[in-house]
Amino acid sequence: MTIPALTTPSLPEEETLTVRLGFWRKAIAHRTFLFSGAILLAITLVAIFAPMLAPYDPYAQNIAMRLKPPFWHDANVAEHLLGTDQLGRDYLSRLIYGARISMTIAIGATLMSAIIGITLGLVAGYFGGWIDTAISTIITTRLSMPIILIALAVVALIGPSLQVVIVVLGLLLWDQFAVVTRVATQQVAARDYVTAARVLGSSLAHILFREILPNIRAPLMVVATVEMAHAVLLEAALSFLGLGVQAPLPSWGLMLSEAKTSMFFSPWLIVLPGACLFILALAINLVGDALRDLTAGGRG
Amino acid sequence: MLSFLLKRATMAVVVMVNVSIICFVLSNVAYDPAIGIAGAQATDEDLALIRQTYGLDRPLLVRYGEYIGNIAQGDFGVSYLTKRPVLDMIVERLPVTALLAILSMALALAIALPLGSAAALWPDTIIDRLAQLLAVAGQAIPNFWAGLLLIVLFGVQLRWLPISGSESVAHFVLPSITLGTFAMPPLIRLIRAGMIEVLASDYIRTAKAMGIRPFQITFKYALKNAVLPVVSLSAVQLGFMLGGSIVVESIFALNGVGYLAWQSMSRSDMPVIQAIVLLISLIYIVLTLLADLLNAYMDPRLRSARK
Repeated sequence: MTIPALTTPSLPEEETLTVRLGFWRKAIAHRTFLFSGAILLAITLVAIFAPMLAPYDPYAQNIAMRLKPPFWHDANVAEHLLGTDQLGRDYLSRLIYGARISMTIAIGATLMSAIIGITLGLVAGYFGGWIDTAISTIITTRLSMPIILIALAVVALIGPSLQVVIVVLGLLLWDQFAVVTRVATQQVAARDYVTAARVLGSSLAHILFREILPNIRAPLMVVATVEMAHAVLLEAALSFLGLGVQAPLPSWGLMLSEAKTSMFFSPWLIVLPGACLFILALAINLVGDALRDLTAGGRG
Repeated sequence: MLSFLLKRATMAVVVMVNVSIICFVLSNVAYDPAIGIAGAQATDEDLALIRQTYGLDRPLLVRYGEYIGNIAQGDFGVSYLTKRPVLDMIVERLPVTALLAILSMALALAIALPLGSAAALWPDTIIDRLAQLLAVAGQAIPNFWAGLLLIVLFGVQLRWLPISGSESVAHFVLPSITLGTFAMPPLIRLIRAGMIEVLASDYIRTAKAMGIRPFQITFKYALKNAVLPVVSLSAVQLGFMLGGSIVVESIFALNGVGYLAWQSMSRSDMPVIQAIVLLISLIYIVLTLLADLLNAYMDPRLRSARK
C-alpha cells in the first residue's frame, strides 16, 4: 500500500531523517571512522582507477629484469618503484591491480551471502514455529562445517577461477547475516508498524523487505563489514593454496604463493602483498567497529 | 535439565545427518566418482564398466544408505592414490593436528585471559588500548602471511627455530604462534566484554562494600562468571582451528590432517577429502555439544532457564 506523494511526510520518515543526520554528524567526529573510512575509500579508488594508476602492464614479463629490489634497497632503480617479481613483472602495478580482485571478491561474495542470509533470517524470525526450527537447523549445519575446508574442497571439485571463488564464498558466508537478521526480526516483528502493515493487507514481501528490513539495517551493516574482511582473507588463503584465483591474475594471495620460493632472498615479495591484505582487512574491520559504535543507540 | 540435554543432543544428531548428506552430494552428485577412480583420460566405456563394478549406477538413495552403513562401521573408503583405507591415513595424522590445535588454543588463552581481564579492570588505559589493538590487528592479519613472516624472521634470519616438519616440539612453536594469533582476537574481545559486565554487577558491588580484597574479587568472584561464555567460544575456536590447520600445516609442512587435506585436494583424491570434511565437522559438532553441556553444568541459571 503506497502513500500518495502529496501528503505530509509521515512520522517514520521524519524519524529516519533525524537519525541519519545524527549519524553523519557523529560519524564526522569519530576518528576511527574517518581514518579507516579514508583508507577504504583510497583502496576502492585505486581498484577503480587501476589502469590509470599502474605504471606498467601488470602482466608484461621481462626476464632480464627479474627480482629487482624496491627503491629502499637500491635508490638507483627508478624504473620499478617496488621492484619486480620472479617473472620480471612490475610489482607496484600488480599490487594495484590486486586491489581490484580483492574488492570484487569482497563485494560480490558479501552481496550474495547477504541476500541468502537476510532472506533466511527474515523468514525464520517473522514466522517462528517449525519454519524457524528448520532454518535454525540449516544455520547450525552451516556453522558446523569449517568454511576454509569446505571452500577448498568445493573449489577443488569444480575447478578454481575468480567466479567460482566468489560463488563458493557467497554460498558459505551467510551464517552471521542469518543469525543477526533472525534475532533482530524477532524483536521488530511485534512492533506496531508491522502489525499495522499486516492489518492493512500488505504483502508478505512488503512487510519483510519494506517494513522490517529498513529497521534492522544497522546491525546488518556491521555484519557486512565483518564478512567483507572475511571474504578478502579467505580468497587470499584459497589463492595462496593454489585453489583460488589462478595465474596470471594478480591476486595478493596468489602473489604470496608465487613469492614463496624466493622469499628468503627477496623478502619484500611476501611483505608487500601481505601488508596490502592486512591494511584492507584492518580498514574494513575498523569501519565495522566504528559503525557498531555509531549505531549502538539506534539499534532495533 | 534432562529435556535440555535431549533437545541439544537431538539437534546435534540432525546436524550430523545434514553434514553427511552434504558430503555425499558433494562427492557423488557434484562430482563423478567414476572419473576419480578411472582418471581423466578414461573412455566412456571404461567409465560405464567402473560404474557397474563399483555399483555407481544404482539409485542415489541406496548408495547414500550404503555410505552411512559403511561409515557406521568405520569404513570411509580407500584413497584413489595410495589405495590405503582413508580412516587409517587420517587417524595416524590426527595427533599432529590435535597437538597443534591444543598448543595454539593454550597460547591464545594464555594471552587473552590476562590481557582481556586487565583491559576490563583498567579501561581506557594503555593496557586496554593494547588489548583492543591486538584484537583488531589479529583479526585482520592473514594467518598464512604471519606464518611466512615468522619463517623468514625466526627460521631464516635468526635461525632459532625449525621451519618445516613435525619431528620435535620445537617444530610446533612457529605453527602454534601462527594459528594462535588467528584464535586470539575473539577471545580477547569476549573476555574483556564479559569482565566489564560482571564487574558492574550487583554482587561485585556488594563484595566491594563488604571490604573483600580487590584481588580476591577479581579472581574468585568476577573471573569465574566472566569465563562462562569463554568455554563455548573456546570449543568453537578449537573447531575452527581444525579447519585453519590446513593453511598452517601446509606452510610449515606439518604432517597432520590439514596437510593431508591439502595434498588430497591438489590431487583430487576425493575419498580422503570427503572423509576429512565429514570427520572434522563431526568433531566440531561434538565439541560444541560438550561445551554447551559443560556450560549448562557450570551455570545454574542456564540449567533452569533452558528447560
